[in-house]
Amino acid sequence: MSTPVSLEELIAWTSLLSEEERLVRASVARFVRDRCQPIIAGCFEDGEFPKQLIPELGALGVLGGNLEGYGCPGMSAVAYGLACHEIEACDSGLRSFVSVQTSLVMYAIHRFGSEAQKRKWLPEMAAGRVIGCFGLTEPDHGSDPGGMKTRAKRDGDFWRLNGSKLWITNAQIADIAVVWAKTGDDEKSVTGFIVERGAEGFSATDIPRKLSMRASVTGGLSLDDVRVSEASRLPEARGLGAPLSCLNNARFGVAFGVLGAARACLEQAIAYTMGRTQFGVPLARKQLVQQELADMANEVVKASLLSLHFARLKDEGKLSPAQVSLLKRNNCRIALEAARKSRALLGANGVSGDYHVMRHAMNLESTYTYEGTNEIHALILGRALTGESAF
Amino acid sequence: MKILCTVKRVTDPEVKLKIGADQKSIATDNLKYVLNPFDEIAVEEAIRLRDKHQGEVIVVSVGPSDVSTQLRTALAMGADRAIQIVHAGELDSDGVARLLQKVYEQEKPDVVLMGKLSVDNDSWQAGPLLAEYLGLPQATYASKNDSLESDNEKNKVPGITIEGTTATVVREADGGIETLKVQLPAVITTDLRLNIPRYPSLPNIMKAKKKEIKEHTPQSLGVDVTPKVRVLKFELPPARKAGVKVADSAELLAKLRSEAKVIS
Repeated sequence: MSTPVSLEELIAWTSLLSEEERLVRASVARFVRDRCQPIIAGCFEDGEFPKQLIPELGALGVLGGNLEGYGCPGMSAVAYGLACHEIEACDSGLRSFVSVQTSLVMYAIHRFGSEAQKRKWLPEMAAGRVIGCFGLTEPDHGSDPGGMKTRAKRDGDFWRLNGSKLWITNAQIADIAVVWAKTGDDEKSVTGFIVERGAEGFSATDIPRKLSMRASVTGGLSLDDVRVSEASRLPEARGLGAPLSCLNNARFGVAFGVLGAARACLEQAIAYTMGRTQFGVPLARKQLVQQELADMANEVVKASLLSLHFARLKDEGKLSPAQVSLLKRNNCRIALEAARKSRALLGANGVSGDYHVMRHAMNLESTYTYEGTNEIHALILGRALTGESAF
Repeated sequence: MKILCTVKRVTDPEVKLKIGADQKSIATDNLKYVLNPFDEIAVEEAIRLRDKHQGEVIVVSVGPSDVSTQLRTALAMGADRAIQIVHAGELDSDGVARLLQKVYEQEKPDVVLMGKLSVDNDSWQAGPLLAEYLGLPQATYASKNDSLESDNEKNKVPGITIEGTTATVVREADGGIETLKVQLPAVITTDLRLNIPRYPSLPNIMKAKKKEIKEHTPQSLGVDVTPKVRVLKFELPPARKAGVKVADSAELLAKLRSEAKVIS
């Protein structure tokens, strides 16, 4: 038997990373190994988000990691992507927490907020003392957020918000929500507001019997004539383009993250099939098994290098929304396939929480759909290729 | 207080090593490196002492140019500046101690903190040799008198305490704990149970980019590092044979007597 080559050696991207990027990756990987990995299977089974990790994630500096100033470290897109990658190698739900806090809520305030809003919220959010959620999706409006029913009506120096939001990560634990509402009938009237927990008429609800992202908090927001001040409106956000740019930003972290889960599944499948003997030989010596492993490695290696290339473009400010769609769609698809194949390669043990692959597979079903479904991203890419909109 | 702290790059203990074609080296292609875990503990202790007594932590390493990564890790943990002695060839503990002697003479620190050993060569020599060459007191294997789960760790009671020009060092000895008092300056080597090192936070990794790494070479320090220890051959430990199951204690005793010959 020859010495096996690791997936890491096959991707060989270490030589393409700066010293700082390698250090960020190593530090996050270590945190994940020591603090997250030992508890994650239990958290998922119990449907509990490990809230005790929030201040630790803050101290590590992941939250708001790619933002500049206001207590944020200002990392490159590559370094932030690698941090997402390592966190999701443990669990997609943990990475989702980081993504929502960073790429949706903090990014929205950083890009569209007033100076006072940035000073008030961003340092607290970077430290993990304030948790945010992002209210865009509604019960009847998922892929077409422009059709949202939530309305904001002017009331002197205040606004009155009415409507409901669903599938909101962090909803029940959030201290603040960035809520998107229309002030008129068209998409150009979409406006963002910071709503604080405890505001009268504002409440969060659970989504029961969730079979994916069980170690993450997902819920609904209800707005019943909630009064917020004009100072809570995001002054620079004008129209549907504002929340969509937040999504575009978050999709990048999702794309990098899911590869971490795919890598974890593939590594588990390789280790398992090398150790498991059937018909007198290790499973890894069977051609059918090797073909599955080779197919998975193929996709993971390609996707890793594509992600790195696109991340460099993002750092140069040259990444287009169509490229983000391509990346998110590709990576979520191959990660889900890798998790399902790994689950099968582990046989009966594959369904046990102790081997993690089925947890990843269940989580990745959500990543396939959230932040723009697989199909919506096909339409974005299709429109970019042909100039024809098929929505 | 000025603290000099040594850090060594070692091969990642989680990676399986391959022996080079010459049988006298480790194959280095695609090898992953980490900071020697004992040195990481020394850096953590140095930072805690600096935070308590003010002053600065200087980290020093010897190795090829990319050892800067391990120095950068120590800077990201909180060290103030770094010294790198660039040397790509072979090196033994004596060469390291003689290089560190020169750095000590230039920097004149109040205390030198070093890992008690490096997990690659497992020689345990560099600390005691340095103390000897400098004519300084040494306290090796600094530890704690309780386990890390104890209230002491929770309260961050240190295994090394410095008051004035005296350091009190709790150290592990065979079968117990010993407490030493040494006059500063001194060389102190650190053991595993001294502390739990921090993770470099991402903002500190960014800040570490701007900290100084000063370069030297053995030539610029005037040290001949030709190794005195010669490596004859590396070999992997023999593969373990599979165990056997015995039916009862009588069979076990028979095997211990006739095959293993450990009882008569």
